[in-house]
Amino acid sequence: MTTTFIRQISRMAFIAAAASLLGGCATSGNPKDPIEGFNRAMFGINEGLDQVIIRPVSSGYEALLPSPLQTGVSNFFSNIADLMIGVNNLLQGKPAQAASDAGRVLVNTTVGFLGILDVASTMGMEKHEEDVGQTFGRWGMGDGAYIVLPFFGPRTVRDTLGLAFDVYTDPVTHVDHVPTRNTLLATRLISNRAELLKADKIIEEAALDKYSYVRDAYLQRRRSLIHDGNPPKEQDESAELEGDNKTADAGESAQPAPAQTAMRQ
Amino acid sequence: MKFFALLLAGASLLLPIGAQAQETAPDVLVKNVTNEVLDIIRKDKDIKAGSTKRAIELVEQKVLPHFNFSRMTALAVGKDWRQANPAQQKVLTEEFRELLVRTYSNALIAYKNETVDFRPFKMKPGETDVTVRTQIHQSGGKQPITLDYSLEKNPQGWKVYDVVVGGVSLVTNYRSTFATEVRNGGIDGLIKTLQTKNRSLEAAAK
Repeated sequence: MTTTFIRQISRMAFIAAAASLLGGCATSGNPKDPIEGFNRAMFGINEGLDQVIIRPVSSGYEALLPSPLQTGVSNFFSNIADLMIGVNNLLQGKPAQAASDAGRVLVNTTVGFLGILDVASTMGMEKHEEDVGQTFGRWGMGDGAYIVLPFFGPRTVRDTLGLAFDVYTDPVTHVDHVPTRNTLLATRLISNRAELLKADKIIEEAALDKYSYVRDAYLQRRRSLIHDGNPPKEQDESAELEGDNKTADAGESAQPAPAQTAMRQ
Repeated sequence: MKFFALLLAGASLLLPIGAQAQETAPDVLVKNVTNEVLDIIRKDKDIKAGSTKRAIELVEQKVLPHFNFSRMTALAVGKDWRQANPAQQKVLTEEFRELLVRTYSNALIAYKNETVDFRPFKMKPGETDVTVRTQIHQSGGKQPITLDYSLEKNPQGWKVYDVVVGGVSLVTNYRSTFATEVRNGGIDGLIKTLQTKNRSLEAAAK
């Protein structure tokens, strides 16, 4: 099963590579996205896969399973993930958060019936989101190029490396009984996708070009996650825009400070 | 990837910043408008039935007055903004506003039942640029979605100029797409793309 899966994925990558060669390289010269032609092709294949299989199955799951059960399934997998989230927090030098993650696993696995109830959150132990890619980022490793992986979707080179460790240390992939393992992996995939169904329309309607919208959101999101929600300002951008002020202010007086665009947040 | 969608969507929940007196503190402004809009959204029959049109009306009425769209558009367009003449800037702002309003409205409909937390806010006297932080809670053992508003003080009071969902700015996320459009077709090319997008969404909504 695993080998078949890997074979399928290599095939998807091959098709994307072929498509990008045929289509010429549709690159817009974004320095963060040097292999845009390949990435766009791969993005298209992943979208197709989503439309044909993953989204329909997830919609069925969402429509048929009562919502408390859906929450239970989601909690169950979230609890399993908390284990490695704790380890990553420790590797990132955040022992307090790591201890809280360990506490979450302890409480939720016992009082929460194997993680089906998220008791820890109601007790004030906040859920964190960490992975090996973030840990590498925290250690100072740069993003590397943006790359759309077959099936897994958007990553950077650093996050691809991180993903390999994430998959390897994922407790679910170590379940020996193959049918159980596959059922768990498929259920987790569908559960995660089902939660995002209602966001589909928002993204479709917001994006002028879905590929670049998703890419830029991914890159911003990862940057924020690595810095736990407080990324440093992007100096070059603000310097660049600061200059606009004077030019645009002179031209437009109808509205106050139309182009005062120093990027702050 | 899809989890971004959720984040983006969550954003709109908070967008609303209500019709308050000009000197209202920025955190109070965010809180009042958020609560007011959520309250209406949860009760409104048409919105419950999924009416995007009604949600857009609500956003236009309650939220828009608290946003500085010309600044948002300038931020999204980035360095190309200076090549746009005042007339082009005006059209760009109108079209970008329409796109953002629709995004917010869709998100309001999608996430109306989640609860919103307002995080502690401190402001130094005399500050004119602040960030008000909120969080959207989700069930299913998920980390809450952060939803931050950047506000600046204008003669008309505090105005939102950026909305950041889960670390993703709904405004600057357009920057590279816009830059590509400008490179390929100039400012007018970008305007045309925005207009085409908006008109097709309007047509689809009818």
